[in-house]
Amino acid sequence: MRDLTRRQVMAGGGAGLAMLAGMPSFAAGIDELISSVTKGMAPGAGLVSLVTPEVAENGNSVSISVAAPGAKSISIFADRNPAPKVAAFTFGPLNPTQSASTRIRLASSQNVIALAEMSDGSWQLASSEVKVTIGGCGG
Amino acid sequence: MAIGVKPRVKIPKTAKAGDTITVKTLITHNMESGHRRGDDGQRIPRSIINRLIVDFNGMNVIDVALEPFISANPYFQFDAIVPESGEFHFRWFDDDGSIYETSKSISVS
Repeated sequence: MRDLTRRQVMAGGGAGLAMLAGMPSFAAGIDELISSVTKGMAPGAGLVSLVTPEVAENGNSVSISVAAPGAKSISIFADRNPAPKVAAFTFGPLNPTQSASTRIRLASSQNVIALAEMSDGSWQLASSEVKVTIGGCGG
Repeated sequence: MAIGVKPRVKIPKTAKAGDTITVKTLITHNMESGHRRGDDGQRIPRSIINRLIVDFNGMNVIDVALEPFISANPYFQFDAIVPESGEFHFRWFDDDGSIYETSKSISVS
């Protein structure tokens, strides 16, 4: 195998960065967690709506809403909590909108992530950054 | 059984067949996360509600898995279709094995 020149390494790195640019970056381990949930399938974007406050004064109670019309289930993660899982909603036949609102705890400023499994087996992801003034996990 | 657990549910009293209605639920529970430390420096053991199941006339509306990062007094709002008159049945499952149940009827015209 031929040694890589500096120019080739730079070009390769640039391509890698360009691929990442479309995705928000999450804390270590979150991408692996998402890919273990989706069994390696890359989630699409655009069909899940996730509403969070931009700034939460109290991390003990942060209101969030998710909706993913046509989803079987939606999982909520927070990437910098002591454990990332927050909740998972599974929708029954009498649920017309596949939406839910709740209040969650956030330990610090971080990304809230909604990962939805659609009825055709594909995955959709949405994330939203929340700035937290007072953390809510009593660390 | 955790002390002072009281489920509360709000739905409209009446609706038209096939309407989408909004259901709001709240249950008083301190949702001890298991991540906090007490005055003695020891972790306070986890004690949360870990699941909420809502059915209407035996058909499922929503099934929620709760983790320790749901706020105290877990609140959920979601939509449901009501094809006929009947009863919503709500069940919350505590870590300690208790099940808190409540029902609400709706008359559909």
